[in-house]
Amino acid sequence: MLCQKCKKNQANTHVKQIINGKLTEMDLCSDCAAKMGFTTSFGSFPNIADMMSGFLGMPTMNALADEVKCGGCGATFSQISKSGKVGCAKCYETFYDRLLPSIKRIHGNTVHTGKRLRTARLKSGEGETPAAVREDKSELETLQEQLRSAVNAQEFEQAAALRDRINELKFRSKNEKNDSSVGEA
Amino acid sequence: MEKKWYEKNGKDGSVVISTRIRLARNLEEFPFPARCSDDLRVRIAEKVKDAVLNSGSVISPRFSCIDVDNIPMGERVSLVERHLVSPEFISEKGTKSLLLLDDESVSIMVNEEDHVRLQVMCEGFDLDRAYEQASRIDTLLDERLKFAFSDTLGYLTQCPTNLGTGMRASVMLHLPALTEAKIMRKMGENLSKLGITVRGAYGEGSEPAADLYQISNQITLGISEKTAIENLRSITKQLIAQELSYREKLSPRIEIQDKIYRAQGILKSARLIDCAEAQKLLSRVRFGITTGLITDMDLESVNRLFVEIQPATLMQSTGKELTASERDAVRANLIRSAGNAH
Repeated sequence: MLCQKCKKNQANTHVKQIINGKLTEMDLCSDCAAKMGFTTSFGSFPNIADMMSGFLGMPTMNALADEVKCGGCGATFSQISKSGKVGCAKCYETFYDRLLPSIKRIHGNTVHTGKRLRTARLKSGEGETPAAVREDKSELETLQEQLRSAVNAQEFEQAAALRDRINELKFRSKNEKNDSSVGEA
Repeated sequence: MEKKWYEKNGKDGSVVISTRIRLARNLEEFPFPARCSDDLRVRIAEKVKDAVLNSGSVISPRFSCIDVDNIPMGERVSLVERHLVSPEFISEKGTKSLLLLDDESVSIMVNEEDHVRLQVMCEGFDLDRAYEQASRIDTLLDERLKFAFSDTLGYLTQCPTNLGTGMRASVMLHLPALTEAKIMRKMGENLSKLGITVRGAYGEGSEPAADLYQISNQITLGISEKTAIENLRSITKQLIAQELSYREKLSPRIEIQDKIYRAQGILKSARLIDCAEAQKLLSRVRFGITTGLITDMDLESVNRLFVEIQPATLMQSTGKELTASERDAVRANLIRSAGNAH
């Protein structure tokens, strides 16, 4: 299908908009979509499907990917990369290694730090206080303080660097904790 | 009944219209929505509805369940206009249901991109309050629904962009002076370096209109809710301070005052007005109120009008289908009577 805006490029982005109280749908190419302000939250990649399939460039790998099906929902990795949609929770285990590069590119991180619910804690055998909550407060807080003042002073580049350091620190402390908890068990 | 968030003026209300927290969650025992059959979707909708209505929380009796597939299109569009659901949610049928708190501050979309999209909205700048409420409801629902979660990747979502906390925190800002000074574009670029996305008022794909901008965190994995909120808070504070200083700088100028007073004049006397023009003029009036130029209207009325004058919401409140020009007349009337109330 051709882009409904420029009528030249292949349409690859389906957009939905409310115009004057009516729902309007359009198929656009990524250029026109970007021009009209339809971008994904990670700017430089027009859509996640393109991005994921980028990692599967080699045909041999594609063929290989098709053989494995997720035990939870039956999805193959090529289906996931084509649609940009993961099939089910179990897919993240089945295709962990292959999803990881995209996850890393989207978030710049690969390890969750944040809320953990009771069910998750029970499963991982952790105690009442989840590991992720016990962060290295002192260094982290100093960095966060610096980040805030950098933002206030509009030192955006410095702020970006600080943010990266903060993320790195969190990633490290999380890994260390994982290691130590294995040791204790 | 208690006023809705869009009928109130909250903390830092001269710049911040509203705060929103959205959590993406999935039930671990079902495939993600795109791989769900209709039967499964029905089961998911029933489970979530039961969990919300019987969660034992004090607010659970105040929820109602809307079968979004089977309400008229106008009502569906009005849900988007009131920021209760995403445009995506109403565009295709598929056992979509919405659990809505009576004051419209909490909405839970079922079978959207994820099984559960929990959203808390509040007036003004109040990230902590919105997050605390969202997190409380999330914890209650998890007890019954068992959300998909992995130790390393956090909450598991259909699209990997939401992995981790599954949280999008956003604030809706009214930035007429920064827009007038033409620095919003540059600002948007700077903010994206800090992991902050700038969008129009209706989220992804919406153009900024009426000087309204929505800013939110980009990243959800490897950053805790607290840190993401802290980042958004400090950037929002910075934007508030900048906007206010530009308002002070601009408002003594006669060209700006002319724009503001003309906007007020048109809104006070128009008999027909379309939505885009009305919102543009309301934005100027809002600017005038916060700088003390306009005293016979308040921020609450302007906030309320921003939502109520939209086509589908307007028709819903009059209870009938109206042509565009009939709507323009009703809209002009509504705005005039809000002005006269003072």
